[in-house]
Amino acid sequence: MITQLVYGLAGIVLFLLGVWSFLVHDPLLRKLIALNIMGAGVFHILMAVAYRGLDAPPDPIPHALVLTGIVVAVSATALALTLGQRLERRDD
Amino acid sequence: MIPDNLLPAAIVLTSLVPGLLIFVLGERRHVLRTVLNMTGALAKLALVGLLIQGVYEGRDFESRLTLAPGLDLVLNADALSVLFVTLSTVLWLVTTVYAIGYLEHSPHRSRFFGFFSLCVSATVGLALAGNLLTFVIFYEALTLATYPLVAHRGTPDAAQGARVYLGYTLGGGVLLLTGAIWLQSLAGPVVFTQGGMLSALAGEYDTQLVLIFFLLIAGLGVKAALVPLHGWLPQAMVAPAPVSALLHAVAVVKAGAFGIVRVVYDVYGVVLAESLGLLAALAVLASITIVYGSVRALSQDGLKKRLAYSTVSQVSYIALGASIFGPVATIGGVVHLVHQGIMKITLFFCAGNYAETLGVHRVSEMDGVGRRMPWTTLALTVGTLGMIGVPPVAGFVSKWYLGLGAVEAGSDWVLLILVTSSLLNAAYFFPILFRAWFKEAPARWPKERIAAGRLETAAALLWPPVITALLALAAGLFAAAPASPLEWAELIAQREYGL
Amino acid sequence: MIDWLALTVALPLLGAVFAVVLPTRARGIGMAAALLTTAMALSVSVQVVQGITLRSDLGGWGAPLGIGLQADGLSAALLVMANLVALGISAYALDYFDAGSRRHFWPLWLLLWTALNGLFLAVDLFNIYVTLELLGISAAALGALTGRREAVAANLRYLLVGLLGSMTYLLGVALAYTGLGTLDLGLAAQALTPGPLAWTIFALMLGGLLLKTALFPLHFWLPPAHAQAPAPVSAALSALVVKAAFYLILRLWLDLFGPVAGPAAGTLLGMLGAGGVVWGSWRAFRAERLKLLAAYSTVAQVGYLFMFFPLMAAAAIPRRQELFGALVLLALTHGFAKAGLFLSAGLLQKTAGHDRIAELGPATQSLPAVAFAIGFAGVALIGLPPSGTFVAKWVLLSESFASGQWWWAPVVLAGTLLAAAYVFRLLANAFGPGLQPGAAGGGDQSQCLVPIGRAVQAPALLMTLIAVVLLGLGAEPLWTLLQEPPP
Repeated sequence: MITQLVYGLAGIVLFLLGVWSFLVHDPLLRKLIALNIMGAGVFHILMAVAYRGLDAPPDPIPHALVLTGIVVAVSATALALTLGQRLERRDD
Repeated sequence: MIPDNLLPAAIVLTSLVPGLLIFVLGERRHVLRTVLNMTGALAKLALVGLLIQGVYEGRDFESRLTLAPGLDLVLNADALSVLFVTLSTVLWLVTTVYAIGYLEHSPHRSRFFGFFSLCVSATVGLALAGNLLTFVIFYEALTLATYPLVAHRGTPDAAQGARVYLGYTLGGGVLLLTGAIWLQSLAGPVVFTQGGMLSALAGEYDTQLVLIFFLLIAGLGVKAALVPLHGWLPQAMVAPAPVSALLHAVAVVKAGAFGIVRVVYDVYGVVLAESLGLLAALAVLASITIVYGSVRALSQDGLKKRLAYSTVSQVSYIALGASIFGPVATIGGVVHLVHQGIMKITLFFCAGNYAETLGVHRVSEMDGVGRRMPWTTLALTVGTLGMIGVPPVAGFVSKWYLGLGAVEAGSDWVLLILVTSSLLNAAYFFPILFRAWFKEAPARWPKERIAAGRLETAAALLWPPVITALLALAAGLFAAAPASPLEWAELIAQREYGL
Repeated sequence: MIDWLALTVALPLLGAVFAVVLPTRARGIGMAAALLTTAMALSVSVQVVQGITLRSDLGGWGAPLGIGLQADGLSAALLVMANLVALGISAYALDYFDAGSRRHFWPLWLLLWTALNGLFLAVDLFNIYVTLELLGISAAALGALTGRREAVAANLRYLLVGLLGSMTYLLGVALAYTGLGTLDLGLAAQALTPGPLAWTIFALMLGGLLLKTALFPLHFWLPPAHAQAPAPVSAALSALVVKAAFYLILRLWLDLFGPVAGPAAGTLLGMLGAGGVVWGSWRAFRAERLKLLAAYSTVAQVGYLFMFFPLMAAAAIPRRQELFGALVLLALTHGFAKAGLFLSAGLLQKTAGHDRIAELGPATQSLPAVAFAIGFAGVALIGLPPSGTFVAKWVLLSESFASGQWWWAPVVLAGTLLAAAYVFRLLANAFGPGLQPGAAGGGDQSQCLVPIGRAVQAPALLMTLIAVVLLGLGAEPLWTLLQEPPP
């Protein structure tokens, strides 16, 4: 129970940190990292929810959500980096 | 033959369909375009004939389309709509002929005639509107259809005039829309009913009703050129003469005036309007406009501009007629809808003839024009005499009834307005006639485009003003005849006052 | 048994895959997929109209484990609009892109289409997230297709902002699963009780989606992104992508957050919407470039959509149905009109080589069909009859007066006048001193006008005609379609 709460709260804290960083910092890379940290925060919460105690197998649905979320985050980050790279190239 | 519930819709379609087809036609297909135009006009005339017969017999015609729950597009025919529809149809026919002649060799004729037809469809639609929603829809459609006509020439002046026109009419449209929706939220669907349909709301909602009335009148007053909302009219003179003729005799200005008549008689009802003091307010507005328009006309040298201010003045006679309590004044106002239309269109046709044939645009250039273009000037004379109110031209009949109605209702000051206005009319029209008939022509005209052959100008330009002048004369001479506009106006007044 | 719903989502996806694998045939594959998908979507809608309930559980896994697709009145209406508009855009795009861009455009476009269809049919909170992300990513990639610096920068911002939005939404989903134990919309709605958890989820989900719908003041990313994208992409972005996010807000508001979404939230949305109307219309009026004008106009139109919320929240059930129908009508009309406007803008840009409004006179006059399309689109954007917007605005204004919340009316009217101002500024370009009768474009001295074929002008004209005539005069069946009363 406590573990879940800790994970859950940690997730929320990570999310908030990510939002703050996204809004405050300018460079693209920092914004992307901020977004990924936000994502990580959400995944923390999901994993906390999946926990059903030591004896029962964990709830598979949040696991599926986290996996999907990771894939989406990776693709989005890849696109953002490509676009960023295009911008860098034109900077001269 | 045509089912009763399709006839009103069919009347609108007879100009809508040719209009849309004309857009698709190439610019070069003159003959086909003329055929489409004339077929539509004649078909409409035929259908309107059926309509008149049916309404006289008391039959019910209604076309209905549901747009949304509680919002119906309704076209139906009562005596007042038939009056306006007939006027529009007959004058459209004549103006089409005139326009074909006037725009010979001009670019963008497809576009012109396409929007021209749409304009008439919108006019006929609002004439046949059975409730306020439908009226508003066609009223706005009229704005949309007339804008391209004002902007037609494409010159910077035309663009400016069109911009001003839009500013005024869309602003007015918003006011009208607000009033209409507000009223509908209070009273439910606002169906045009003889004698008005708001009596149930009287007492409790008086303040709101008064405010709504002024919103509606303001919205309608823009098109009807009530002072101070008339500013667009002189500016819109940049349009080609057929457009000015149409706008001033038939479509836009009359739509506003017709709307005012509808609101006073078929939405509020004379009794309620009188008790709320609205009639008095309208009478004041109309009178100010009548005098102001005539005064401004005095100082105009441009012929079309002078006619524009004359229209500002003359159309308010209709509003004046609506604002005096009593069937006689109503007759005067309503019949002036027809008479002013016929007379003014004559004047604009003549103005167009002078411009097209001789390059004469200003009154100061009109010396001796009567000798060079006698028939046109004769038509001009008939029209101006009617405007001043000289018998036996139609204008006299309307002014007579208005004056009589005013005296009967105890508003003697209106008589003063009428007399003043007639004097002012004489003051700005007689100089024109004097110049045209009795002064020496200049050695050469500003720009003689059409040489004097057997006819003084192109046939398509000559016949329309002659015909409408004859109509104006006939409407006055035969006012007592069974099928005259006056008889029809009497029928309308009877039904409105429940006599 | 054909699984119509699954096909509607799967066909464009397959098309995308094929288009990647066979890049030289990308155009043909793309158009084929477009036609088939539209046919699927139309058949789905026809079945909904006939009253057949369509529900598909993929892989045979029912709720709460599996992914479900469902079509009701609201989804059907938007599905039809989205697919028809997308078909029109596809037809337009056939000749728009050169051989190089073509192989990139079609797969991305088909992926966007997949996301759209999936989104309209999704009934599961997480599935919504996935389609939302797919939509955002493909949209951003398409927007940056030209590779120009401004386009890439604008769409990168769009992508980042979009990701912020979807992350927020995802947090909401996570919390929802924590509190409600299910992700299926129907089951979640039953489990939801008003309280701090519900409010938090509501705020998070809506906040994320509002960012994607570009509700004022969260609209800042939209004008540059839409203005810089190639014309068919701009059309899709303004008409469809933004609409998809709005659909989600509407869906969640009605089906999930019923007990929580009260007049207070409605009024907040309405006020932001009012701000959007005024600000968007003003900026559109001041815009010097056509596509920027159209983009700001979208901001304004989105504002109008949100002004329905305070009225719906306060109204009794029968009145709410009328408002709901009007709102959907407004969304549909705007979809067609805006797409038509952007496609027309693209044609003008192709002809004249630029899109500076003040100088588009000769171009507009050489393409009368395009001028008409802009005219119709303008009529629909202003809200003049006989467009669907007019009917929707009438309902909005009449409810505004009837319910006593009359303060929304001046905003709507001000927006109408401003819209008229910027539309007619555009349309004034269509009237010039006149070329010789019968001449095509290119007769003027200074401008060198690229000729445009007639076929490519058709989609824009057709779409705006639908907005103005069909939806204006024939929209009554929509209310019957939407009859399924939201809880």
